[in-house]
Amino acid sequence: MTLALTSPVMVASGCGGTGRELAAYGALADLGGFVTRSITIAPRAGGPAPRILETPSGLVHAVGLQNPGIDQFLALELPWLLQEGARVFVSVVGRSLGEYGELARRLGRTPGIAGVEVNLSAPDVEDGSVFDAREPFHAASVVAAVHRDLPRGTPVLAKLRTDVLRVAEVARAVLDAGADAVVVGNALPAAMPDGRPAGLSGPATGPLALRCLTEVVAAAPGATVVASGGIATVDDVRSALRNGATAVQVGTALLHDPTTAHRLHAGIGEDEA
Amino acid sequence: MSAPAPERTPLHVTGELLASRRIGAHHHLTLVAPGIAERFRPGTFVALDTGPERLARRAFWIHKVKTTGGYGATLELVVEARGAGTEWLVSQPAGTRLAVTGPLGRAFSLPRETVPCLLVGEGYAAAPLFPLAERLRERDCAVSLLVAGEDEAHLLSALEARRSARSVTVVTRDGTVGQRGSVADVVDEVLQRSGAAVVYAAGSTPTLHAVAQAAERAGAWSQVALEQPLTCATGLCGGCPVPVVGESGSARLVRACADGPVLRGDRVLWDQLAGAS
Repeated sequence: MTLALTSPVMVASGCGGTGRELAAYGALADLGGFVTRSITIAPRAGGPAPRILETPSGLVHAVGLQNPGIDQFLALELPWLLQEGARVFVSVVGRSLGEYGELARRLGRTPGIAGVEVNLSAPDVEDGSVFDAREPFHAASVVAAVHRDLPRGTPVLAKLRTDVLRVAEVARAVLDAGADAVVVGNALPAAMPDGRPAGLSGPATGPLALRCLTEVVAAAPGATVVASGGIATVDDVRSALRNGATAVQVGTALLHDPTTAHRLHAGIGEDEA
Repeated sequence: MSAPAPERTPLHVTGELLASRRIGAHHHLTLVAPGIAERFRPGTFVALDTGPERLARRAFWIHKVKTTGGYGATLELVVEARGAGTEWLVSQPAGTRLAVTGPLGRAFSLPRETVPCLLVGEGYAAAPLFPLAERLRERDCAVSLLVAGEDEAHLLSALEARRSARSVTVVTRDGTVGQRGSVADVVDEVLQRSGAAVVYAAGSTPTLHAVAQAAERAGAWSQVALEQPLTCATGLCGGCPVPVVGESGSARLVRACADGPVLRGDRVLWDQLAGAS
């Protein structure tokens, strides 16, 4: 199954707010997709402040998966996004295979979503409150659990972290387990100055994500691969597409300039014109 | 469930620095940023780039909106240079082009009725209170001002304050101007003297906490403009949590940038807020 995106530019999980804030700077319907921040079964308050720090080459963040929980998300946020015409990919994260399955069942009963993105490792919460699925077998188990409980035809995206030495192996495993696409480029594991687990995102992650992209494309010819990590300019998008990506996700660059995704969409559109 | 009215939505534009002047301990920057001045309401702010090496934006209070010949409306921002980003910004010459996003955040709410109001401003954060005072006076509200700072250099527009308010109280830490002390030392007395039904405050978190507590003691409403470290300033990143008590009485987190910066003082869970002590 292909993702059939109208634009190769998507909003990365955790960098688009609830969608309402981003919609002030451009129509969400124009973008290839809007990936929500990661949604859990129960609401999560997230971590203490400070949550985000600037470093010379990226942002270090320990937001801690703050989200309203699946019930509130489905009741309050999703209807608005769909009404705006956004192609919504719901990012999910669980503490167990059972929770991933439950999230998939809840989303499977929800009409209108464009797909589900499985967050396979959130580097800013390594306290046992999420299921860490960096091992190919674990990652495949999570994807299988989500795939099994979604209606046929709902695309499943598996988001992999780019520090995994066996990234190509993990990609093959999740594709075998039913993933329709692999997203290469979660935040890299880092730490806040006080030692709290954190993620590193932004320009520093670009070359790493590109390396992982090329490995995955070589290992899984024909697979749909979405590149994420350090995407900030039209040249970054071109480079990712040239190296085999089907689409890109824009994250940290949106925090610097909220019009970035729309600018890249327009810039790439000119290439095709 | 609908999108905010278009005139309330923020813009992201390329602005131009028209002037940068040092006034006391602060810098006053005058910017052209098409469309933003027209949407300004007191309490809103703008986010600016601070040079090519810095990823996070920096947020600044809008102090004034002026119509000047040839440029349309201009914005005046008050900046206290405290780090590499703000140092870069205040060293830029006139003519520098800057990405400007704004106006951001929720503004101060104006009272529906004509009531006496007290405005409490500390240091550069007093900036949004001056346009607020003008709006309140247009509604015939009696405006009292309490302006505080480290010393005379950190007092914002003390002269101007005397023109825009019925009464002005000045406190400085070192006692060089006005009374020696802090907002917390005098706010109860000033609040009582002003007879204010609404207190508006902008300043450091401990000062806002003191004002919110004084307002509760006096039976007045308080609206506080919080200053928290912001990364995106637009509501996208979730990096600026403020613990509050919701309408239902249960605690929840809101974002300082998109759900604030102005919040009801009695709603903020001050003891859980970073930088509150």
